[in-house]
Formats: sequence, structure tokens, C-alpha cells
Amino acid sequence: MLLTITHHGKNAADIGYLFRKNPTRPQVFALNYGKAFVFYPEVSDEKTTIALLLEIDPVDLAKGKEGAKRKDVGLFDYVNDRPYVSSSFMSVALAKVFGTAMTGRSDEFQALADTRLDLSATLTMLPCKSDTEMLNRVFEPLGYQVEFETFPADENFPDWGESRYVNLTINGHFKLSDLLHHLYVLIPVFDRKKHYWIDREEVEKLLRHSEEWLKDHPEKFFITHRYLFKNRALANHALERLSVADEEAPTEDLSEVEEKEERLNLNRQRLGSVLARIRACGATSVIDLGCGEGHLLALLMKETSLQKIAGVDVVYMLLERAKEKLHYERFSERQKQKLALFQGSLTYKDSRFSGYDIATVVEVIEHLDLPRLSAFERVLFEFARPKHVILTTPNREYNARYENLGTEQLRHGDHRFEWTRAEFRKWAQMVSAKFHYATQFSDIGEADEKLGSPTQMVCFSLNENTEKSGGKTGESA
Amino acid sequence: MSRTEKTTMKIELPELSVVALIGVSGSGKSTFARRYFKPTEILSSDFFRGLVSDDENNQQASKSAFESLFYVANKRLDIGKLTVIDATNVQKEARDDIIRLARAQNCLAVAIVLNMPEKLCAERNEKRPDRDFGDYVIRRQNSQLRRSLRHLEREGFRYVYILNGPEEADAVEIIRKPLWNNKKEESGPFDIIGDIHGCFDELCALLEQLGYVLNQQDFSAIPPAGRKAVFLGDLCDRGPENVKVLRLAMNMVKAGYAYAVIGNHDFKLIKYLKGGKVTATHGLDLTIAELKKETASFCAEVKTFLSALISHYVFDQGKLVAAHAGIKEKFQGRSSGAVREFCMFGETNGETDEYGLPVRQPWANDYRGAALVVYGHTPNPEVESVNNTVCVDTGCVFGGKLTAYRYPEREVVAVNAAQEYYRAIKPLKPQGFAEDDLLRIDDVLHQRYLSTRLRANIKILEENAFAALEVMSRFAIDPHWLIYLPPTMSPCETSHLEDYLEYPVEAFEYYKTRGIPKVVCEQKHMGSRAVMVLCKDIDSARRRFKTGDEKTGVIYTRTGRSFFDDDTIEAAILERLNRVLTHSGFWEDYATDWLCLDVELMPWSAKAKFLLSDQYAAVGRAGRNALQCARSEVAKALQFVSALEKSENIPPKPGQSSQNADLESLLATCTARNEALDLYTTAYRRYCWEVNTLDDYRIAPFHILATEGKVWNRENHVTHMEAIKKYLTNVDALFMATPYKAVDTLDENSVAEGAAWWEALTVSGDEGMVVKPHDFIVTKGRELLQPAIKCRGREYLRIIYGPEYTLNNHLTRLKKRGLARKRILALNEFALGMESLERFVRKEPLYRIHECVFGVLALESEPVDPRL
Repeated sequence: MLLTITHHGKNAADIGYLFRKNPTRPQVFALNYGKAFVFYPEVSDEKTTIALLLEIDPVDLAKGKEGAKRKDVGLFDYVNDRPYVSSSFMSVALAKVFGTAMTGRSDEFQALADTRLDLSATLTMLPCKSDTEMLNRVFEPLGYQVEFETFPADENFPDWGESRYVNLTINGHFKLSDLLHHLYVLIPVFDRKKHYWIDREEVEKLLRHSEEWLKDHPEKFFITHRYLFKNRALANHALERLSVADEEAPTEDLSEVEEKEERLNLNRQRLGSVLARIRACGATSVIDLGCGEGHLLALLMKETSLQKIAGVDVVYMLLERAKEKLHYERFSERQKQKLALFQGSLTYKDSRFSGYDIATVVEVIEHLDLPRLSAFERVLFEFARPKHVILTTPNREYNARYENLGTEQLRHGDHRFEWTRAEFRKWAQMVSAKFHYATQFSDIGEADEKLGSPTQMVCFSLNENTEKSGGKTGESA
Repeated sequence: MSRTEKTTMKIELPELSVVALIGVSGSGKSTFARRYFKPTEILSSDFFRGLVSDDENNQQASKSAFESLFYVANKRLDIGKLTVIDATNVQKEARDDIIRLARAQNCLAVAIVLNMPEKLCAERNEKRPDRDFGDYVIRRQNSQLRRSLRHLEREGFRYVYILNGPEEADAVEIIRKPLWNNKKEESGPFDIIGDIHGCFDELCALLEQLGYVLNQQDFSAIPPAGRKAVFLGDLCDRGPENVKVLRLAMNMVKAGYAYAVIGNHDFKLIKYLKGGKVTATHGLDLTIAELKKETASFCAEVKTFLSALISHYVFDQGKLVAAHAGIKEKFQGRSSGAVREFCMFGETNGETDEYGLPVRQPWANDYRGAALVVYGHTPNPEVESVNNTVCVDTGCVFGGKLTAYRYPEREVVAVNAAQEYYRAIKPLKPQGFAEDDLLRIDDVLHQRYLSTRLRANIKILEENAFAALEVMSRFAIDPHWLIYLPPTMSPCETSHLEDYLEYPVEAFEYYKTRGIPKVVCEQKHMGSRAVMVLCKDIDSARRRFKTGDEKTGVIYTRTGRSFFDDDTIEAAILERLNRVLTHSGFWEDYATDWLCLDVELMPWSAKAKFLLSDQYAAVGRAGRNALQCARSEVAKALQFVSALEKSENIPPKPGQSSQNADLESLLATCTARNEALDLYTTAYRRYCWEVNTLDDYRIAPFHILATEGKVWNRENHVTHMEAIKKYLTNVDALFMATPYKAVDTLDENSVAEGAAWWEALTVSGDEGMVVKPHDFIVTKGRELLQPAIKCRGREYLRIIYGPEYTLNNHLTRLKKRGLARKRILALNEFALGMESLERFVRKEPLYRIHECVFGVLALESEPVDPRL
């Protein structure tokens, strides 16, 4: 909510001419969600400070302005950091209140406007969660000295850790307009929440404010992606316009990238293995239980041998996303008949699961609480009873290979368990004995000599001869 | 005889039947139908032709018309409505469709033929300009009809009535007959007795134990006043005294003291008695040997008796159904070969097991009917009950016991077999139906209407069910434990007092104006809502909750998630609760081995640590720091400006331009806002403390929701509070009593005291209070009233409406809030919560409990202002 800019040096107060704000006259400007005040906390020949203070109406923010229609007002909106932090509101206010200074033009003081001055700027409460090292990496290449102060979330509860806010001061030798442009672009890069919709217009804004300096900035990928709210399409568009799109690799931490790559690879291998197994089974119909966004479904739709495919997930949103990714709307009648997508749960008996040769359960069971597995087993093996079940799950032993993973940690926040190879086999064999299936195990991904492969897979196949007596039996009367 | 008497024909129709009107065009079928049936009972082909094509005579539309007609017919028959099909039906193919319909719906088909002179039909058609087809059409139809008349019964019509000429058609009396299986007016009480198989001694012993007066000489038994016996079939075979059993059962049925349904063994015996070919296995040989010593007239009597046995009975307004091998919901009260087959043999698929016995399909697992089905046929060591079905065949003849099920008492009375009379082909073992209560997706998904005792037809929207399914499947605990989810609670009406959003007067007013004078105010603790279910020991958990996780209980959140990520904390807290209850004698005093509690679990920070640090503390941190900086910068500027004004004597010029800012008032604002942020920080901190050991938690139970045989919603809130104080607190500091205060809403002083009590609580930062009517459930006329209204403190509300909600004109704007939706939601969720507990206490099937719990979760995803 507060930005101060200080000019150090001779005739420091002259900076007021560039801002076009009279040091003796505090001013107030109307903003969309509140007011902006401009005043001078300090004016002397050696040092002059101008302050931009935003007063944002928290109720307007949460409720929408009187008469405005807004849906889905969440609990968090009233208890909201927006009125207090340095955010995109500040950028908007900068452009509005210091618009002229930002252009670098001055009718009477053009020389001053063109001069590099000894400037510093302080942003109070800039949200910058676990990004503090990026402050240096973003501002220093531009020529600033960076200082910031962090704070505990609540000094009475030290175990709650540090808050995400810093008070940031940058010092440097800049034209005033440059400083303002830097601030305009870089505040939202750290805050990461824009209070307005991001569209193509935003790319223009970014380019307008950064054409002088972003192109050669070592963190240009980071800045562009963050400014455009991680909208990849827009970011690429912007980078193209900066004619740097061809240069390689974004600037994420390299080890992180490698691990991500590896996982991406593993995912591809996993789907490949499942697909190969489906082909080997000679099936004509497959139901993918826990289909997620439909990565496997997309591959299945290309298989000419399959006549009937179903994708099931318990998360309704994921089904919607699967539809989008598969371009379901553009499907022909025949394709639509071939693929059924519906919401279902693996712990509720469901007649819609029946009638498929194969059920695939790819990286799903580890998302169920262990005690619920028995219900899942019955739903799938006793009632849906497909000829084959192809199931994959992480191999916990392999986690030792992941550097970022603690020993007790699981690979994903929602995993309720991860099994060692022995545990997995024990479970699969128990299930196969109980429901009369045969098992065949295989490894997915590059195997470690000691730890095994990252993913383990089993293919259950129904024992034809025992199927008949598999059901419940009763005494004759 | 007079002319009318001579021509009056009585047409008897089974109350549920498909009636085919048969007659050529112009024979007067529609007129006949209109005269004798309700308009909605008649499905006319002409009408459906019109419906699908705007033209009643458009023959091209016939196919679509009949498809729609049969579609509607099926819908009517699904719910047991007599249906009249008004079409010419002169062709066999058309009638075959009707017979197929009746068979599929397991009801009888009746033909009523309007056999009119051809000339008359032609005349009638001529008068109707829309029917411009030639006479040859009628001639052809007439000849088709004539050829059909003799074959109608063979085609499958159970009853055929032929009305010759207009006079006969004019003088008809339609009599609707209940089906034989319809004994809905008989409400018992009944003693329903499982498979006897010739175990006469055990039968006598059982009847005596049930209070019947027996005379073994003349084979009679007189029931205690008002009671009746129901024999579930399989009276004979395998056992030692088959004829004696037959004599007694026949006499009791004849005397009106008993009903009997047919069993598969009875069926085979009839076949034998009628001279059919039977293989005398499975103990039939024994019965035949006994019967050979009896007179021919006795055998004839047995034949008559057994032949008259029907497949099943529907008793007590449809709430009870008795059948030998059980019966699906869609077969109840129906009559067909398929129904009979099912009732005698159960559901089979033609497969046999390793003993060569037919494989039985576990139909009861999928049973979702409202009627209790009592059946036998499949011997089990103990009575097995699942999904509102009870199997009472306990294998007496195999050395088990003979069991009677008392209705409506729902008690089991049994006598042990004196010996093993017959060796079972395969050993008796539980079928496991009882544990087999896997939920079905149809139990929860799609738009549903749930009926509860307190509110009828609670609508669950499909999209809300989507959300609930996700939460239930991904996060909730085992549904066996999940017998209740707490309802949301509405705040009081918005206060008129300037500084307050909520104030107690409005809460009292709510009840006062609805004729409820006595209310109870309970302190509202600020922690996390939790439900605790605890059993005395693992055995009772297994038995009562049918769980297999070796837990004695659970603690879960308002959305059904396990409260603690760490199972050992849950177990330790439950262990301490168990010790408290054992120490206080709760288990004995309330004759229960389990209980369910509504509690508030503190501190808030124990559950909401992330929310606190990431949201609440973060806002406090940002606000406090930012406003401090702002204050100091504004103060500096103010100093500079005023110094300037003094030294250079520049007159202050506020108001000259709208852009001029008043720094003094800005400073005041910043100061006030900074103070609000401090108060806000104080407010949330109060609900947070560090938890290092179990002793750092506090649990405040405020409802004892249920114990064995009892939902505590007939106990008033003072009783709840006192019982909690007595049995749950004072021993272990982990469990704390909740301060409360009774208020008389009609007494001004009492209301003022109540308000003062709230002021005292909230001024020190407590969340506030909940005002509840003295009685747990209150109504005004037929309208259910809010079971509780919360009134939250001024400081607490900062963490709901934001740190600065009391400043500026914020309150004025915040006061514009609507409570209507929240209140309806609160009532619906409360009704569902009570219903799920009542169903659990009545030992209803899991799916019946789960649908209510699921319903609460689904309702919780309705978009309602979360700050209410």
C-alpha cells in the first residue's frame, strides 16, 4: 500500500518537478477500488522523498462495488492482504498518478528527466513467497543495490514461520522514468496476483514498459512468465515480440527441471507400457478408471482395434478438462459413441463399470486411503469383473533416487501410501487369489539395480475356468 | 328377469392388470373406456398418434405412436397402476405385445372384447368425418377379430370378457379385485417361522415359546390374542415328522391363525401328489414314505392345501413381505411365473457350485426396497439381515435351530434342534450377506429427493452430488463410521444497533415470535467442529458398526474427513474418552456400548495451522506493518507541511481543489486502521496455542447425539448439558463442560441478562454464543424451526468480515445480508443429520444412513455466503 521514492543529491527537491507534484500540497486521486495519496515525508536539498499511499476499500474489494454483480465471493476475500501489500494496484496507481514522469518527458525540466539520478525506492509489504533470492536476481542485473527485510508471520507463534512479505529497498543511478517502469513491471512479478483479467493487452503493456531493458535481462523468462500470470501462450507471444523466443530454456532451477523432465518421461513410458499391454491382451474395449485429464484416453482413441472406451474419474473438473484436451466437442458421432466419459467412484459399486475387456487403473490406488482398498477390490474385481486389469503404482523404494524427496515423503501430496515391491506383490496376489485372477508383474521406467523401477505394474487376468464358481454360493434347500 | 338384469355383466379385474380392449374401428372402445375407467388409466392409440403427429388417424405415425404408448404403459405399471390399452388389437401380433408387456411387468393381462355388429361400426365411422377409410377396412378387421376370439386365453390373457352387442357393453359392472398376495390391511403382529422341514417337536416348542396354546392330539395351535403365524414354506422333507407338521400347519391356516407361502420343496411335493414325475431326492423320499401310510383323502387334502399356496404375501400397508426364498422389490405385490419362480428358488443363473447345488445370487445385497422382506430357504447358522431383509432359515433339520421372527417387534425367537436329522451337503456357514453392504453409485448420484421424518423431499441437486462424491471418495472416512454430519448453523438476524452486526436480542426474538419462550444460550467455543464416535471395545465396534479397521472409534470433521492425520492421536483421545465414560458409569447408566458426540475441538490452530499462518496471520502481518509505515510517513509529511505553513505563513488551502489531501485526517485514518489490525491480531491469537502433548487439546462436547436404541433428540438441551457435565467432564481436563444460561424470551429481564451474558463473553474475545430452543426439535405448526441460532461477538467477527469491518461505513454495507438460503440449508441439513442417526439407531441398512450423510455433504456445496 505504500511506495516511497527518494532522490539523494543536490537540489533533491527538484524531483518534484518531474513528478509534477508540489511538495507543499498533499494530493489525493480516485482509483477504482479506493484512493491514492501523494505527499512528501521529507523535503530538503540533499534528500527528498515522495510517498504514494493507497487506501483500498476492503469491503468494495470483497463485495464488489455497490451495484456490481459478482459471484463466488469467498471467505478469503474479506480477510485479505490486498489492501496492505504492494500489488498490481500499485502498478496501476503508478501509471495513473505518475504517468507523465513515467514517459520521461518534461516541458521545463527535460534535462533533469534525461539525467541519471541517485534514486532509491522502498516498497512496503511486497508479497514474495520463497522467492527472496529472486529479488537479487531480478533487480541487480538492472543495476540496483537490493536490500530487504523479512518478518515472522506472527511474532507470538514462531513455529508458523516467516511471512511471505518483505520491505524492499532498491538503490541505483537511474533516470526517474526507468525506475518507474521497472517498478511498474516488477511489482506484479513478485506479487503474482493480478486484480484484473490478463489478456493480450497485457502483453502490450509489458512490452511498452520494458522494451529498453527486458530483452537482455538474464531473468527475462522468469519476468515474462510471472508478469503474464504464467499464461504460457501469452508469455511465448511476448517473448517472440522481444525476439528471444528461440533462445533456450526457461530459468527454473536446473535440478528441478531435470527431475520434472524425468517424470514427464516416466509418465510417457508408463502410458506406453500400459498401451502395449492392452494390445497384447487383444481387447476391444477398455475402461480407464481414474482417467484424470485423459492422457491414456487420447492414446486409446487412436487404437483401431478398440470399439468401446470409457474414462472415469471422481473429480468432475478433471473430466471437463479431459473433454477439452481430447477436443471432445469436435468428435464425430462415431467417436462420441466410442468414448464414454463419466464421473464415478472406485468405492461405489457401479454397473457402468461392467462390460469392458480391460480396466486400467494407472497411478490411482495410491490416492485411496488404505482401509478403502477392500471396497475398491470388490467394486472392480467382484462386480465389474473385466477380463484384465492393468494397474500401476509407484515403487516406494525408488524414492531414494529422488533428491528432492525426504525419506518419509511420498511423491505426491495426495498419495495416501506408496508400496515397496514386496508390499505391492503381496496385495496383488491376495486380490488375485480372492477373485480368481492370475497376475503378471512388470517394471516401468529405468530400473535401479537395488531399488527397482520407479513404477510397478501388474496385469490381472481372469482365470476362465474358475470364473463360474467365483460367485457367492449357497446351500440347496 | 328384467332386461337390465339379464344383460348386466360383472367384469372382475385384478387391481393391477393390463387391460386390452379389443374391437374393430367404431366398436365403441373409447366410449366404453371413458365410461368405466379413469381418463389417466386409458392409453389410446389414436391419442398417441395425435401426440406424435398432430393427426389421430395418421397411420404412418402408428409405429411411433405405439412406441410411446408402451413407454408410458411401462412407466405406469412400474409404479403399479392399472393400465387400459385402447387400440383395435384385432391382430395377434398387436396382442402379443400386450402379453409381453404384462409378463415383463409381472402382472396379469385381461381382454375385454367389444364384439359389435359390422353394420353398426360402419355407421358410427361414417358419422365421423375424420375417418374416411372404406368399409373394407372394417370388414377385414372384423374377420381378424372373429378368428381371434377362441384363442385369447391361450395367447396369455388370464381373463377374457366378450361383450356381444351394444346392450351388453352398456350394462357392465367393473369389479376391481385385490391380488391374493395383497394382505396390506393385515398388520399383524406376526410370528414368521423359517423352514421347518418336518421338525415337528421343534415347531411345537417354538410355538409354545411364542405363547401359542398347543394341542398335539388334534394338531391345533391357538395364537396369543391378535397374533398370527406365517410359515415361510418348506414344511416337509428331510425331517422326522413331515405329516405332523403338515397337519398342524394346515389346521392353523384353515382356522385363520396362520398364513403360508410356497417353498420349493412344497412345489415338488405338489408335483408328486398330482402324479407328476419327480426324483425323490433331498428328503422328499421321507415325506412320500410317510404319506403312503396316510389315507387318500388326507393326501388329497394336502394336495389342495399346497396347491392353494401363493408365492408371497404383502402385509401391513406394504411394510412387510414374506416369501420363501426372498423377493425383489419389483416383484412385490405382483403375480407371474417369474415372481413365483423367484419366491420359491431365489435368484439363480443356472450355474452350479462344487457341490452340484445351484449358485445363488445375492439379491439381498442389492435390495433397496422400503418393505422388510422376511424369508428362509438358505440355511445359515444365525439369522442374517442385510438391507431390510432377514433370512430366518437357521437350518433346524441340519441340527441348527428353528427360528421365528416377531414383527413388528423385530425380535428373534429360536429353539435348538434336538439333533441333526439330515446331513447337509455342504456345511452351514454364514453367507456373509450381513457384512456385504457395499454401497452402490445409484445410492448417491444424480438428482435425488430424500425424505426425512422432520422434512419431506429434501432436494439434492446433481451438481452438488458430483462435488460430494468427490469429497466422499477422496477424503472421507469409511462410510460405516460416518453415521452423521453436522448441519450448518444460521446467525441471528442482523442487528439494528449501530456498532454491531450481530446482537443477542435478534436471536431471542426469532424464537419468541415463533411461540418458543424457553431457550438455552450455550457458549460458542472457537475451535474446529468434530464428531466423535466411540465404542466400548473393538468387539462392539465390529458388531455395531460392521467395521474392519480394528478401531474403537473415530473423530472426524464436518466434511467427514479424519480429524487427525495421525491415527495414534485419535486413538489416544478416544482411549481417554473411554476411560472417562467407564469411570462415570455412562455405559451402564445408558445401557449402551457406543455413543456419538458433537464436539468443538480446540485450539483452532491445531486443525487450521496452515490457514492461520498463510491467511489470517499473513493479513495481520501485512496490515500491521504497512499501516505502521504509512502512519510514520504521513506523520513526517504532516510535520513538514505544517512547519512550512508556520515559517512561510502560507495559508492552508484545503477545499480549493478536489485533489488536495487532508493529511491530518489521513493520519487519523491510518491510526484507526492500525488499531483495527491490532485488535484483529488479538482476536485470532486468542484461539491459537501451541500443542505439544494431548493435554494441550480441549474438547467441549455439546450434544450427546446418540447411544444404542436412542437418538438424543427428544432430550432437551439442559439435559444434554447436564449429562455432559456429569458423565464427560471433571475427570479428565481434556474434556470440558460448556457454560450455558437459560433465558425466558418473554421476560424482559431475562432477555437483558442473556444479552449481558453474551457481552461479558464477547468483550473478552470469545466467539459468542449459540441460542437453542429448550427442546432439541421445535416446530411451529408443521414448520420445523431452526435448531440453533448463533450470535457472534464483535471482535470475533473481525476474522470473518475482515480486520477493519467496524470502521468507516463498512458496517452499513455489510449489514445488507440475506439469511433465507442459509436458514433453509440449516433446516435441511439438520433434518438429514437427525434422520441418519435415527436410521442408524433403528439398525437400518448402510445405504439408508449413507444417503443422508451424503446428502448433508452435497448440500454443503450449495453456494451460500460462507460468512454467515
